[in-house]
Amino acid sequence: MKSKKLSIPYILWMLVFTMIPIVMIGLTAFRDKSGAFSPEPMMKAFGTEYRGVLLHSLWIALLSTAICLLLAYPVAYLLTRMKPSTQNTVQLIIMIPMWMNFLLRIYAWKILLQKDGALDMALSLLGIHGTYIGNTAAVVVGMVYEYLPFMVLPIFTVMSKIDGNLIEAAQDLGSNDFAVFRKVIFPLSIPGVISGITMVFVPSASTFLVAEHLGGIDDKMIGDVIDQIFLTDQNVGSALSMILMILILVFLIIMNLFGDEEAIA
Amino acid sequence: MRKNKLGVVSKIYLALIFLFLYIPIGVMIFMSFNSGRNVTVWKGFSLKWYDALFKSKELMSALGNTLLIAVLASLLATVLGTAAAIGIQNFKNKPRAVIQNISNLPIISPDIVMGVSLMLLFSFLGVLFHFQMGFVTVLLSHICFCVPFVVLNVTPRLRRMDRNIYDAALDLGCNQWQAFYKVVLHELSPGIFSGMLISFTYSMDDVVITHFTRGVKFHNLSTRIFEMLRKEVRPTVNALSALLFVTILLILVLINVYERRAEKRAAKR
Repeated sequence: MKSKKLSIPYILWMLVFTMIPIVMIGLTAFRDKSGAFSPEPMMKAFGTEYRGVLLHSLWIALLSTAICLLLAYPVAYLLTRMKPSTQNTVQLIIMIPMWMNFLLRIYAWKILLQKDGALDMALSLLGIHGTYIGNTAAVVVGMVYEYLPFMVLPIFTVMSKIDGNLIEAAQDLGSNDFAVFRKVIFPLSIPGVISGITMVFVPSASTFLVAEHLGGIDDKMIGDVIDQIFLTDQNVGSALSMILMILILVFLIIMNLFGDEEAIA
Repeated sequence: MRKNKLGVVSKIYLALIFLFLYIPIGVMIFMSFNSGRNVTVWKGFSLKWYDALFKSKELMSALGNTLLIAVLASLLATVLGTAAAIGIQNFKNKPRAVIQNISNLPIISPDIVMGVSLMLLFSFLGVLFHFQMGFVTVLLSHICFCVPFVVLNVTPRLRRMDRNIYDAALDLGCNQWQAFYKVVLHELSPGIFSGMLISFTYSMDDVVITHFTRGVKFHNLSTRIFEMLRKEVRPTVNALSALLFVTILLILVLINVYERRAEKRAAKR
């Protein structure tokens, strides 16, 4: 109980399965196909071919995160105003789709948005015709669907811990509901917002398959590219993975500057 | 906070969010009863895709693999993670922070990077020791992303635990194992349990890491669905989703009802 010995298996485990793989990615990213040291894969990964994909991925992730935040914040706020038993039920309703397989959730949107699919049929009855799949908007919708609960829950958790006395004090001092929200609830909910942004942005920037199934030809994301290129060129694939990893780390560090670490866990 | 009734606008807003969350699933389940081959054009009611699903050896063995991996990975990760959390707690502040940060790496690093890096490791080791990726490599990878969640769930419990009760158990005649088993594990059990539950669900849900570490022959449900979506989609996928959805719904509702009853009982005391 008081010795460090119990952690030895896990420390060895982390060495083999966490540290060595990361080092291997780093080493592979700086080698050519013969195995000799070469900056070429990195140069390629930063080249024009992939720069567009990287920027597009970040753009989609940013858009999805922003929409998630806009949709989730009111939900979290409304949750705090419910009775505890209703809170549980509503939380459950929001979480249930998350327990479905990730791929099946994309697939559900695919059939909904398809040509002659449910949405197309319903809107055709109203005389509206159009294509709803194969564009950036469809990718963003899919992404929002995948990660919306990740935004609701941390914001709700932080908001529900706000001391009720603070709100009463604000009310006693003459604040109306809007002022209470603006001056007390909103500032105190920021740590939740920050961890929500982190939990949505990181997976949506690096995900694959969403764009492949819902997006058009131009909607390739960095995850899809890494998946494909690894079949033919592990070196460039590793270089791209490293760039993605570093971008995510930089993002996390920036987010950490805004909020405290405790809220993320 | 004041618990006043929600206004009409708020209710409509929540209803719209619920529609957004459930319409895709509803349409998908509805189409599982389609008698046609197509997943969009409705041809009449039929249960034949459910029949096809249960007769598909591929899908049934994939389901078996998914469950087996999820059970083994969550159990092994729980043992490894609980032991680790207890050991890590005994380090001094600085080395402890370093170990915890390394432990969190699999959580913060993108799935795809983790999948790719494990694939590099396993293919390298495979050449060295003459093995191919398959069941074992998938299991090891799943343990990798499960353990951090166990550590994260057990550590707070450990911090809140009074260390003296362990010594008290020793003084009262327990040997080290009994004291550990009866006192420490008992105190930590809620954290251990939630860590195991999270591990199980993450393992069931994972697509990306399995995709990279499964080798050629091994398949679980996720990788089968992955293949089906890339090839021709049949309503079997819908039938499968419908069954999974209903199962999950039942389990979650049961857990919720059970928890509420437990709360009520606790409140009465």
